[in-house]
Amino acid sequence: MTPALAAVLQIGLLVLALAAVHVPFGDYMARVFSDSRHLRAERVIYRLGGIDAEADQRWPAYARAVLGFSFVSVLLLYAFLRLQDQLPLSLGLPAVGPDGAWNTAVSFVTNTNWQWYSGESVMGHLVQMSGLAVQNFVSAAVGIAVAIALVRGFARHRTDRLGNFWVDLVRGTVRILLPVAFLAAVLLLVGGAVQNFAGPQEVTTLGGATQSIVGGPIASQEAIKDLGTNGGGFFNANSSHPFENPTAWTNLLEIFLLLVIPFSLPRTFGRMVGDRRQGLTILGVMASIWLAAVAVITWAEMRGLGAVPQAAGGAMEGKETRFGEAASALFAASTTGTSTGSVNSFHDSFTALGGGVTLLNMMLGEVAPGGVGAGLYGMLVLAVLTVFLAGLMVGRTPQYLGKRIGRREITLVALYILTMPTLLLVGAAITAGTPALVDASVQDPGAHGLSEILYAYASATNNNGSAFAGFGAGTPYQNVALGLGMLLGRFVPIVLVLALAGSLARQQPVAVGAGTLPTHGPVFAGLLGFVVLVVAGLTFFPALALAPVAEALL
Amino acid sequence: MTAFLRQSVVGLRLLLVLTVLTGLLYPAAVYAVGRTMPERADGSMIEVDGQVVGSRLLGQPFEGDEWFLPRPSAAGDGYDPLATGASNLGPENPDLLATVEERRAEVADREGVDPAEVPADALTASGSGLDPHVSPEYAALQVARVARHRGLDEGTVRGLVVEATTDRELGLLGAPRVNVLELNVALVMLD
Repeated sequence: MTPALAAVLQIGLLVLALAAVHVPFGDYMARVFSDSRHLRAERVIYRLGGIDAEADQRWPAYARAVLGFSFVSVLLLYAFLRLQDQLPLSLGLPAVGPDGAWNTAVSFVTNTNWQWYSGESVMGHLVQMSGLAVQNFVSAAVGIAVAIALVRGFARHRTDRLGNFWVDLVRGTVRILLPVAFLAAVLLLVGGAVQNFAGPQEVTTLGGATQSIVGGPIASQEAIKDLGTNGGGFFNANSSHPFENPTAWTNLLEIFLLLVIPFSLPRTFGRMVGDRRQGLTILGVMASIWLAAVAVITWAEMRGLGAVPQAAGGAMEGKETRFGEAASALFAASTTGTSTGSVNSFHDSFTALGGGVTLLNMMLGEVAPGGVGAGLYGMLVLAVLTVFLAGLMVGRTPQYLGKRIGRREITLVALYILTMPTLLLVGAAITAGTPALVDASVQDPGAHGLSEILYAYASATNNNGSAFAGFGAGTPYQNVALGLGMLLGRFVPIVLVLALAGSLARQQPVAVGAGTLPTHGPVFAGLLGFVVLVVAGLTFFPALALAPVAEALL
Repeated sequence: MTAFLRQSVVGLRLLLVLTVLTGLLYPAAVYAVGRTMPERADGSMIEVDGQVVGSRLLGQPFEGDEWFLPRPSAAGDGYDPLATGASNLGPENPDLLATVEERRAEVADREGVDPAEVPADALTASGSGLDPHVSPEYAALQVARVARHRGLDEGTVRGLVVEATTDRELGLLGAPRVNVLELNVALVMLD
């Protein structure tokens, strides 16, 4: 089989698996968040947590619960990192410094998993498994909860109640993330991923050198890292490390895990608003953009354009032999399309075009298909904008699923859309415009250096977490600034989304008339896709032109 | 503000409960499953004469003409599991370009072949710095040298390469590859 044919079939197999799973899984998630009963295990959790599971919250209460939970999550994780040396299973590693601990605590609580550190030399087993991996679960569950609250804003009428954040959080963790992660972890074990609690083992290699081989609770962390679109690797090498991702089929499994919840949530949305076509339309837009990114990156990497790939006869710098260019490109498109940021190959060394598309993928705002929950609410916000723009064009009152898009709604949407680009461009501009910061962190000369800065801030503000890793992010300034970018890039949009959900839920739906723009079908999907590209394009074209575009053309 | 603090206290209690569930019980359950396949869960270690010589999943450094040599590695001083990672050098980086040219000349000289025959994986550092594999092309290039230095028949060595080769899984996943450590262990076993 030729490499090109194998690449196409590999993508086809993944698409088939996702197509088969998203319907039952999406329906299952809709049932989980509509169920009026609690599992016995959940009742125990509510009792231990002191939670009134029957309370139905208004949007400000829902938002306060999200923020309160995330606030204590940052504090607890920060304390965990600062006290690492006092805890068991620390492998003798020292406590993490204050700026690094702040950055990492924020990074994992915001579902970003940006890592300034190398896991194998900074984090002990207990911090990894009971600190970082716990946030891999709950930060993902927070994202799903917020998306569900927005969906309820469309589905509910004449109410100021959006549901119960604590119940949504617990159900997302117990009924969705935990069982799927466990199953995936077992499969990874079968593939060869490591799960033990041993420290480094000194071996004398066959050639007579010494090698310190370190394992840890890796399979359990790998599964939720991908499923929850978190991305924080146990090791610095992340999913390129053979203990995290031993072989080509575990690689495809991990890509599947990245995509399965984001691609299933549109179905959940369609179910909950009582019109499956609405979900299918959203899914169609997400899938088209993702597939386009897969196609371009795969072509670029297999073609191997650029000075170094041409000189080497292939774009294999930063890539593993067992994956090759195709499986590396598929992972890269999926991890940047889903705000995950785990990597099985290093994007900094990708061709200018391939690396540029990974950057663009994040700049689209992580909506194709986006992070768990965050992708759906991001795309729904853009759908509201699309309805509004279409309404302006034909002179009708814009409405989406019977809810009028008035001044308050469109104001919230506008603020949402402006938040990430503002944080990204201001943050990147400060670093790019300060010679001392450039000298401290930027590795490559010229246009590629600017790409490294843009990538870092795009990754942080979109809660992706992958990097052009030549960028030296472990300085006190970058730790603090990128931490702020992650924090604001996560929670400002969440509060705006919940406010939008609150104002939608209050409305009595207006009747669908002959003049109502249908929000399902290919016309609306095309319009929505156009809006996604135009919003990102107008915002970021100047920056992209100076960085990856210039690099590809020069 | 008091409402926020009240929610935070609820959040802290719940977080502690969820930490026990997802941070202790879950990894412990996966660990328990792993004990049914300890060989894999402990890193797929390879023994030669009762001595552990490494993991079949991790590349390791080799020096000398009697060995099949792995790809260049950016992990520490090469194949250091405590400093994993890639070079992260960009596609137009002049230093990387020079390094690639240097490696091409070096490999061609060592194997006694035309520089144009040296495949890309021999000239580039992997993502993890612990890549256990080389391409079948790079392995084939090394057969003559290894056979000569070990006083072996080239056909025998080529047979060992075939045994250490894995094709694409299901015929379509990933890329064909040769496990360097397994191949070198097979060489040692011949003695």
